[in-house]
Amino acid sequence: MYKLAKTTIISLGTALLTFGLVGNAPAKVEGDTIVLGAAVSLTGKYTTAGNHTQRGYDLAVQRVNSMGGVKVGGKSYRLKVIYYDDESTPARGAQLAERLIKQDGVKFMLGPYSSGLTKAMAPVTEKHKVPMVEGNGASRSLFNKGYRYLFAVLSTSEQYLQEAINLAAEQAIKMGKSPSSVKVAVAVENDPFSLDIRAGVLDDAKRHGMKVVVDDKLPRELSDMSSTLTKVKALKPDVLVVSGHSKGASLAVRQTTQMRVKTPIMAMTHCESAKVTSAEKFGMRAEGILCASQWAPTMTYRDNWFGSSGDYAKTFESAYGYVPPYQAAESTASVLVWVDALQRAGSFDTEKVRDALSATNMQTFYGNIKFDETGKNIAKPMVLRQIQGGKYKVVAPTKWASDPLVYPRP
Amino acid sequence: MNKALRTSLGMALALLILAAPLILPNYQTQLAVLWLMVLLALTWDIMGGQMGYNSFGNIVYFGVGMYTTAVIQRGLFFDIDEYAHVAGGTGSQLSLLDYLLGLGLGLTGGALLCVVLAVILGAGILGLRGHYFAICTLGLGIAAGEIASGWDYLGAGSGLVTPLFPETFFGRGIFFYYYFLTLASLTFVVLRYLYSERFGLAINAIRDDEDKAESMGLYTTRYKTIAWSVSAVFLALAGGAYGNLIGFIDPLDVAFAGPTFGVWMVLMAILGGKGTVWGPVIGATIFHITQELFWTYLLGWQRVALGLLIVVIVVFFPLGILGWIRERWPERFGERVEGKQ
Amino acid sequence: MDNLLLLVDAPVFSLQLLIDGLLAGAIFALAAYGMALVWGVMNIINITQGEFVILGGFVTLYLSYLGVHPLWGVPVSALALFIVGWGVYRLVIFRIVDRDLFISILATFGISILLQQLMNQIFGADIQNADPNLGTLFLFNDDVAIANIKFVALAITIVVGALLILFLRKSRIGQAIRATAQSARAARLMGIDTDRVYATTYALNAALCGATGSLVVMTWVIHPFIGLIYTVRSFMIVVVAGLGNLAGVVVAGLGLGAVENFAGFLLGTEFQAAFVFSLLVIILVWRNYRLGKKRQYLR
Repeated sequence: MYKLAKTTIISLGTALLTFGLVGNAPAKVEGDTIVLGAAVSLTGKYTTAGNHTQRGYDLAVQRVNSMGGVKVGGKSYRLKVIYYDDESTPARGAQLAERLIKQDGVKFMLGPYSSGLTKAMAPVTEKHKVPMVEGNGASRSLFNKGYRYLFAVLSTSEQYLQEAINLAAEQAIKMGKSPSSVKVAVAVENDPFSLDIRAGVLDDAKRHGMKVVVDDKLPRELSDMSSTLTKVKALKPDVLVVSGHSKGASLAVRQTTQMRVKTPIMAMTHCESAKVTSAEKFGMRAEGILCASQWAPTMTYRDNWFGSSGDYAKTFESAYGYVPPYQAAESTASVLVWVDALQRAGSFDTEKVRDALSATNMQTFYGNIKFDETGKNIAKPMVLRQIQGGKYKVVAPTKWASDPLVYPRP
Repeated sequence: MNKALRTSLGMALALLILAAPLILPNYQTQLAVLWLMVLLALTWDIMGGQMGYNSFGNIVYFGVGMYTTAVIQRGLFFDIDEYAHVAGGTGSQLSLLDYLLGLGLGLTGGALLCVVLAVILGAGILGLRGHYFAICTLGLGIAAGEIASGWDYLGAGSGLVTPLFPETFFGRGIFFYYYFLTLASLTFVVLRYLYSERFGLAINAIRDDEDKAESMGLYTTRYKTIAWSVSAVFLALAGGAYGNLIGFIDPLDVAFAGPTFGVWMVLMAILGGKGTVWGPVIGATIFHITQELFWTYLLGWQRVALGLLIVVIVVFFPLGILGWIRERWPERFGERVEGKQ
Repeated sequence: MDNLLLLVDAPVFSLQLLIDGLLAGAIFALAAYGMALVWGVMNIINITQGEFVILGGFVTLYLSYLGVHPLWGVPVSALALFIVGWGVYRLVIFRIVDRDLFISILATFGISILLQQLMNQIFGADIQNADPNLGTLFLFNDDVAIANIKFVALAITIVVGALLILFLRKSRIGQAIRATAQSARAARLMGIDTDRVYATTYALNAALCGATGSLVVMTWVIHPFIGLIYTVRSFMIVVVAGLGNLAGVVVAGLGLGAVENFAGFLLGTEFQAAFVFSLLVIILVWRNYRLGKKRQYLR
């Protein structure tokens, strides 16, 4: 029996020891390096977008460091990011946030990818009063909890496809019909982000008095959406809304053509991330689809780090070999917000930095950034782009529109 | 080793365990999860190790307990429509007393529901033998997760946010560390008692030969149902608290996390040595630490390493660490070996 | 209810769901052949099934990058996976053949998560598909639309199934496989190299999964972490069909595909998987109840 006791003691001892050793972590600032912490999805269902996120962060860090770093209180500091893999699961994300803060001593957090993960991490950062700037958690429910330390550079999810519904209403009026005659089909993935998109679309449809004829939640292990599309064919809606991260976008583009599902308006999220305009992957199948975008390389914002939006796209493409989807851009912007806030705060005191963050009012290549008291960015609109001739053309809102809407989609 | 030394070592260990969250305040959550892991392995071993019924579906009770607790907590103090509309708390804090009341009632409700569920499900499923039982419970685990993720009352795929832990002089980490420590110890003591009783002999008889046990006049169905319910109670109590520790219940990744917790509980029991009392405890400790280290040092490859580890465990140590030690030094376990001593 | 009325009003859509589901089921059945084989012969439940499918899909995908028509990927993936399967057997599986069934489940689960992340590191996490450009069959004024690749998949499933039966009946090694399935000990006594038989069986299973993967990448999409659903479906099909019954596997596969499609349509896609798995539990319990009536239980 004592053998057992000994084994237990030895294993427990090793446990505490290893934890202890791992835990002698660097503090928030080591020498001349400012340490940011991030948990991103390197495995699991969000891996594609998780990679975009990580590359966005890396690119910003590289650029900032090569341009002299961050000047705080008259001294230049370099940036560094500590990454962990959250495996696309919220349980892991929450634990990693705690690990970053408590064991690695991180005082400045960057967000993970997806609303679900952000939802799991925000209570932790809030509890430890560590500010987090995130660019990939769009769910509205993040901004009604009274979080003080959460700042999001992106527009919230109800805005993603609002313009698509408005466009449908406009078109109905143009054709002499009432917007309430419009029928809407919604097919979204069963995860926090997409369900939030759905909630936004349902609200907008209700506002216009439209009828929602299909309302399907697609499973997360999605591989086939033909039964939903059959329903869409049977009910002939005027608008089809699809949201399901990259996988949902790929499948929808493929299967709507395959099954000849024709709706005058088809709106999606994550077109860029799924690369639906790529000729060898999809041909011209994505023609006429409306894509909600947080950002587009054709926009005319500028900053000192990357130059214009177009310049950013070029820099990113030369580094990683593809046009940056907005997930990368908003991640890069999150780092730039940190840089700006740290420089203005002139200190590493988290409270001062938090106040500097909440007073942010800047333009980046990604757009204007100004937070309201709940921490969401209110200075940047969403754009809606239509795929015309294999290229993304901004069709709404009017201020940014470069081309008119092609209706109905070919 | 003499008795005095043993006692003092035991005391030291107990002290260390009690003081761990204070010595290592940065690791409170991981240490709390360590006890959760121990509990998961112990409860799996009731069926899998002692009774020979390999279940992949025990995670059902973990998830049901978690949701029941959260729903009761939500229902007590919040307007459900409003809570659902903003998808979680409104930032309003509960007082410590209210929080504990909600949690206590929630855990009780979860545990009761799980016993009822275990009896009902057991009536149908416990008659299955061998791999059909394993498959059926696997199906049960997946089905439960899928139902939860389609059910709007539970927040469907958006998940459910549990009430925030109130601000008090002791933190959330400390509270849940001691909660899980107490629960795991309680499980351990209860199981040790049960195994030393007629119950232990009965379920071992079922493992060794169910038909014979039955023909000897043993009420096998009754014992199987009791075993299934005991693991259900402890899993429900663990699940309910874990939901509060994480703060955000996702139906597939947190509550009915079959591919992670559901499989790990089996692995940990096997690693330590299934069918023993100490095996799951040791297995869980080692597994948890190894896994945390993989996560830290093998970024992007941690699952490759974990996969390798699993293969090595089950291929080379199918009897587990304790089983292996027992084979090497059987005399330590009070077995008489000819030719030695 | 609305959905049911819709089917009553426009029965042509049930035709769409039925055909589409049956054909999807044919693809699942192909992977299920392999699982039935390995389970029946080696008494191993192979959780790695889904990862083999995805790996087969990646082989076909990379072949299509070389400008080869993805349909050629079916034999090529099968061959590539045959080799992978042989390798996995020689590395791990041979150690667990005689062990408890449960050990095999865990060991193959380990291999499966290992392969997932390995594929992620090698091929990247992007959602991929290889388009065979075979077009779509439209019937009834476009109301029924079935991608032609699915018919090809059905044909391949049937041909492969027939070949497999022939192989098991006629060829020397096939007969050895069947003999080993009946009694490994007796087979060994008769001078059969059971180790070789097991290796062939396992590799054959991997090859079948490879072919499935090739069809999957042409029909739907793949990425490294989506394998589990194919494992689980193979599993269900085999449980329903029983071991050693290839014709039953086809029927069960087609049935599963159709049931899934109708469940998704009628209950909403969020309950599709829930329905299928609840069905699995119910089938097993019901089966046990039927068996139990024959046995005398102690009350």
